[in-house]
Amino acid sequence: MKKALSVVLTAAMAVSLAACGNDGGNAAGTTDAAAGGAAAESTESGAADAGNAAEADNGADAGSGAAAGEAFKIGGIGPITGDAALYGTAVMNAAQIAVDEINAAGGINGYPIEFKFEDDQHDAEKSVNAYNSLKDWGMQVLMGTVTTTPCVAVADMTAADGMFQLTPSASSTDVIANDNVFQICFTDPNQGAKSAQYIAENGLAEKVAVIYNSSDVYSSGIEETFIAEAEAQGLTVVADEAFTNDSKTDFSTQLQAAQSAGADLVFLPFYYTEASTVLKQADGMGYDPIFFGVDGMDGILGVENFDTSLAEGVMLLTPFAADADDEATQAFVAKYEAAYGSTPIQFAADAYDAIYAIKLAMETAGVTPDMSVSDMGSALSEAMPNITLDGLTGEGMSWEATGEVSKAPMAVVIKDGAYTAM
Amino acid sequence: MKKKTKDQLITIGSIAVLYLIVQILVKTGNMSSLMQGLLVPMCTYSLVAIGLNLCVGYLGELSIGHAGFMCVGAFAGAFCTKVLQGTIENGTLLFVFALFAGILAAALSGFLIGVPVLRLRGDYLAIVTLAFGEIIKNIINVLYVAKDGNGWHFAISDAKSMSLAEDSVWLINGAKGITKVPRLSGFTAGIILIVIALFVVYNLVNSRSGRAVMAIRDNRIAAESVGINITKYKLMAFTISAAIAGAGGVLYAHNLSTLTATPANFGYNMSIMILVFVVLGGIGSFRGSIIAAVLLTLLPEMLRGLSDYRMLIYSIVLILMMLFNWAPKCIVWRQRLAARFQKKTTKEAV
Repeated sequence: MKKALSVVLTAAMAVSLAACGNDGGNAAGTTDAAAGGAAAESTESGAADAGNAAEADNGADAGSGAAAGEAFKIGGIGPITGDAALYGTAVMNAAQIAVDEINAAGGINGYPIEFKFEDDQHDAEKSVNAYNSLKDWGMQVLMGTVTTTPCVAVADMTAADGMFQLTPSASSTDVIANDNVFQICFTDPNQGAKSAQYIAENGLAEKVAVIYNSSDVYSSGIEETFIAEAEAQGLTVVADEAFTNDSKTDFSTQLQAAQSAGADLVFLPFYYTEASTVLKQADGMGYDPIFFGVDGMDGILGVENFDTSLAEGVMLLTPFAADADDEATQAFVAKYEAAYGSTPIQFAADAYDAIYAIKLAMETAGVTPDMSVSDMGSALSEAMPNITLDGLTGEGMSWEATGEVSKAPMAVVIKDGAYTAM
Repeated sequence: MKKKTKDQLITIGSIAVLYLIVQILVKTGNMSSLMQGLLVPMCTYSLVAIGLNLCVGYLGELSIGHAGFMCVGAFAGAFCTKVLQGTIENGTLLFVFALFAGILAAALSGFLIGVPVLRLRGDYLAIVTLAFGEIIKNIINVLYVAKDGNGWHFAISDAKSMSLAEDSVWLINGAKGITKVPRLSGFTAGIILIVIALFVVYNLVNSRSGRAVMAIRDNRIAAESVGINITKYKLMAFTISAAIAGAGGVLYAHNLSTLTATPANFGYNMSIMILVFVVLGGIGSFRGSIIAAVLLTLLPEMLRGLSDYRMLIYSIVLILMMLFNWAPKCIVWRQRLAARFQKKTTKEAV
């Protein structure tokens, strides 16, 4: 009996392998046909009879080939399930809005965009799987990944394939170690330093406490530069308290340390889920300093079962505020709210800008969908340092050849249950 | 030929055939990138499942910290690679050294845990391994190791206390883990490791020592009464089990360019996942463990088309598979089906 079962399972495995093999075959088929389709297209503008001949040559595949050859395929990767799902979902939704807008306005260089988003559950291995799956789909440019650790793994894959990658929000410096990767968000060191500068320049506090997640790359990266810069700016760091992914449900020790050290500002460089717990517990202890967060804090108003009045007065350094007065932001927020029923967070704005940055780079480089992935990649990497984008997350955003973005930081404060520009 | 030997040959033979099929598919360009990317993870989880099956199926002790051993193996292996990277150019040789380092480290930690715990009766191993898995993850997250012109620097608090020179190179950078690990793992390496692991466990299980281990599992008092050194044999089986998990970890570490110890990859959830492979594949059946590990690694990726419902469908399929394999009614039904099938074939033969 056991043997029969194992035979069946092995057979099932072989079939699934073969099925995947077929998928691969199809994908290869479409890329071939894509080249054919492009050929057919170039003849379209020329002599009509040559076009007919090309069509006849391509045979049955020509239909699908032409469809695939006429669009840029942009892929996205991020967590849409699991702990960091809010970020991935925001990026996915906002990118879709940008893609729909561009397609409605006639596409890039006259070609429409196809966009597909895959889940990575904020895990490096799953992220590489998602990347491979998108590659099978025919992705030419990657807008992702959303979170840092997976992004480092995927950046290595895109470098090997020569694919152009633009991450909306993966902020570590390791992400942009390769020439083909660019960032929309600030790097972690930048965020830490900018936060310290902002606090010092605006005279928000003198005694500062830091609570950070020592098992998280993003959080410990910011903490490191924040402390260095805070000391340079003349702030006194009175408490520097760590927690880990395994102890992120109780912050009373850290808060007590901050309180007894007399800190009048607590810097919270981590994600909103834990931040909501910190705010709840601080309220329970009757401790009410200024809480200052970074872009991971964005989204705190969307936490389920969280009393948003606790977040009153929380400041965060983020390049985007949903209630900003400018026309572009208001149009984007209106569209996002109409389509998805929630206020977009900074990650959404980053993704929206990322799609437009890709569009601008594509237009500058003059690429066409029939180019190979690596040709397109190197053309776009060359174009990137030459473009200037007025986006939602900053006016006149420009990029270094290293992949780092330069734009002005902005702080927002939570007032009456909404993010308000300061 | 003995039935057992035949059974083992079937397992290793089908692995070899599958390997050839996969290689042909890859070489002829008939395999999707997703599948190619999944080959190494499949090997990794198969290896760890084989290791755990030795512990659960033959030693009869529950371990829910095998992801911890995998983590030790992964970090020791990747660390070794980073250190030797400049001196050894050959990738294969580098990987072999990493394997030795990873397996040794995992075996050592298995041994150290086993010494006190395996003397106890009851499910203490489960509790201690669970704790071990969590501890090791946290230790690695606060470990800073760097190298510069002045030599080596270690710290277990923060990077600032290390006062590094300008030319420093990070080996382990706290929560950032080890980055830029060269990608030396491959499908071939994975298959070779699986075959070696199978060879080791099959020979162990069928040897005098293996029989002693199983005797302890079946009746500790009886085994003790015939003079079997309980702790020694338990320790041996557990150390080998941990070593195989460590080999899986080395394979894992060299497949992604970034290695961090997060709850998702080395937490207790992963340990439970490995236990699921073992239970679903059949406790004591190494072939079953491999099949279950491969299928359950494939499944969530194959379900990508379902987007939002993916994880829901995945859990439902998991429950159905478990029922199909273990529910008494289902076993009876399967046997009846097999009997009918057999009758039909004998009739046809007549």
